[in-house]
Amino acid sequence: MTPLSQLLPGQFGKLASLNPERGVDQRLMALGLLPGMVLKLIRRAPLGDPLAIEFGGQVVSLRLAEAENLIVDVSADCPIQRPRQP
Amino acid sequence: MSTPDAGLLVALVGNPNTGKSTLFNALTGLRQRVGNYPGVTVARKSGTCDLGDGQKVELVDLPGLYSLAAASPDEQVVIDALSGNIAGDRRPDAVVLVVDSTNLLRNLFLASQVAELGRPVVIVLNQADVAKEQGLRIDTELLSRRLGGVPVVMSSAWKGEGILDVRRAIASAVANQTPMKRVAWPTNIAAALTDVATAAAADTGKPVTEAEGQRLLFDTNPSTADRLGWTLAQRDKTLRSARDRVRNSGYNPMAAEPLVHYAHLRIILEGVVTEGAGKAGRSAAVDRLLLHRFLGPVLFLGIMLGFFGSVFWLAKFPMAWIQSGVDWTKTIVAPPLDAYPMLQSLLADGIIGGVGAFLVFLPQILILFLFIGILEDSGYMARAAFIMDRLFSWCGLNGKSFVPLLSGFACAIPSLLSTRTIEDPKARLATAFVVPFMSCSARFPIYALMCAAFIGPLYGPGWESVVMVGMHCVGLFFAVPTAFVLTRLVLKVKPQPFVLELPRYQMPKPRDVLWRMWQNAAEFVSKAGTVIFAITIIVWALSYFPRDASVAERIKASNPTAAEEVVKAKTQAAYVEQSYMGRFGKAVQPVFDPLGFDWKITVGVLASFPAREVIVSTLGVTYSVGEGAKADSQHLRKAMQDAKWSEGPRAGSPIFSLAAVLALMVFFALCSQCGPTIATLAQETGGWKWAAGSFVYMTALAWLAGTAVYQVVIRLT
Repeated sequence: MTPLSQLLPGQFGKLASLNPERGVDQRLMALGLLPGMVLKLIRRAPLGDPLAIEFGGQVVSLRLAEAENLIVDVSADCPIQRPRQP
Repeated sequence: MSTPDAGLLVALVGNPNTGKSTLFNALTGLRQRVGNYPGVTVARKSGTCDLGDGQKVELVDLPGLYSLAAASPDEQVVIDALSGNIAGDRRPDAVVLVVDSTNLLRNLFLASQVAELGRPVVIVLNQADVAKEQGLRIDTELLSRRLGGVPVVMSSAWKGEGILDVRRAIASAVANQTPMKRVAWPTNIAAALTDVATAAAADTGKPVTEAEGQRLLFDTNPSTADRLGWTLAQRDKTLRSARDRVRNSGYNPMAAEPLVHYAHLRIILEGVVTEGAGKAGRSAAVDRLLLHRFLGPVLFLGIMLGFFGSVFWLAKFPMAWIQSGVDWTKTIVAPPLDAYPMLQSLLADGIIGGVGAFLVFLPQILILFLFIGILEDSGYMARAAFIMDRLFSWCGLNGKSFVPLLSGFACAIPSLLSTRTIEDPKARLATAFVVPFMSCSARFPIYALMCAAFIGPLYGPGWESVVMVGMHCVGLFFAVPTAFVLTRLVLKVKPQPFVLELPRYQMPKPRDVLWRMWQNAAEFVSKAGTVIFAITIIVWALSYFPRDASVAERIKASNPTAAEEVVKAKTQAAYVEQSYMGRFGKAVQPVFDPLGFDWKITVGVLASFPAREVIVSTLGVTYSVGEGAKADSQHLRKAMQDAKWSEGPRAGSPIFSLAAVLALMVFFALCSQCGPTIATLAQETGGWKWAAGSFVYMTALAWLAGTAVYQVVIRLT
């Protein structure tokens, strides 16, 4: 179990848990980032923050501090549901 | 303009980046009206849409959003508009949901929330061409059946395909009133929703819809409760027990809504989309270049400097045309009125000058919005925000603040209008507040005059450039801490998380970009333009009246041998000196004494509050070299270099000492001397409170900084 903020560029993971009380997580849930969703860290911005992640066929940017509460399972058999490149 | 029949209202709703505005333009054919929703700075765009059979409806383009959870003013407006809670607006007779065909699941989440409102719905699967390119086949009939028989049509608004189908689908939705299939809430959640709606209705005495009940139960933001007048004391216990009930059924109450909707949609979409052979999009490849660790920022700077350099450069020509047009009009209008000097001056300097004062901003506004439109519609704006966010996040702004701040170096007016691209209201307000600190092009003439007249001759051209660059940084130096303090200590609004979609790259559609550019310009002229015009007239009156004819005779009598031009210049100086503005300048000169300003500079400072570039021509008048003075005028430089204090403790010493020159430039770098900026700030922040705050803050800061510079430098030199 790893915080999303520690994923390496190009690494896949399956969302294990988030904190639904937080505004960021509510936004991400509305975009479909729910537990069990496969995501991929595409890259960090040139200054290291924010991150660009891909899930459900979309690319979304979020800040490092906001990605810390998103816990990702990197051991899970991920690329089954491999998201389509937008 | 044709008017809609029977007052039917249809709302256009959808996620951002779905081509919703392009579809809106295609449906209404640019027969549009732009206004504001009452009490908020959210634009209301509506137009007349022909349904293909001669029937016409009013179509309203609601702001793009991902969820109905009321977290931002835009989202609140959509909820209110769809529920019929907006004063002067009826509840829509049908809702058109614009969906990105390449991502049905995410897009239909909003549709599923909207279905809870029970309105007739049309689903438009837009950007069908892109889906086709990617090899996606969508079974619209199956989707329509699964959604309860609502019309589902495919379109490509960019290419103008399928627009007639959309019109017919709207006609059928209006006629048949078919609602979209709603989600089946698990028993415990349904019971909790009923409890909340019943209690809210009982406590407030108002009808509470099911959709409102969902907002009350699921949202952390209390805006729906506040609108109903359901107080914290009344709702606290009910909400607590209802949320416990949801929790006991195995759902986190804050996550229940997306979980239930997405589960529902996965079943609905089963077998609807088949993936065939197709080309993968190019966006990922383009991003590898444009968001590259080293190349990304370099390309970013290149694009930005290229764009804004050309705003500056391109706008120069039409601005010069407008200026010469205004001057020409004056020469045409003025001579016939030689017998009526007051009327002549009112018309030439007041009215024509006042119109010119805001017309001259139009080229920059038009060109900037053309570029912003291209940046936004192409998808690069989101990448720019992604690259820049880190530099702005620590002081409470975000990556989207970059474009307004950069364009502020050209002109604050268009850059204030461009803060609309920032969704987070707190970051938007803070950005708008610090934009006027950026050293706009109107500050350039005073820096140029001071550098050429004093810094250059005394210290050489090298120092001239150093001071020039330094002056452009002064505002930035104060803007950053201002934003920090404002967002941390003053604005108590909760910051919005910076979750930003990096959409697919797309070729901007010229019609959409040009149309938005035109709408922004029209809004500027109708709102800020009138204020700018009024301010110009007031300042004209203050520096014209009272005008005693004996002044001219006295000057003529005391300079019997002087050339006509010299007499004219001296007469003008004398008129200004005894005008209300001149008298006021003399009276308040003590206030500016700590900055080393004499009464002539003080009059210049006061007269340039509506427009700071006026300082050069006002100094030309008060230093008796005529009103046509420009920054490169040799006469004006000479007159200023020779100016000495005639009385007081500094008698005999030059007025424009290094200390006073630097103090004057720093004062102009920071002072709020722009009527249009104040008017636009009021327009964009939804009231005069922030505009007045900006004026007082910047002016006080300018005075303090100018005083500090003068007092320190005068002791060192």
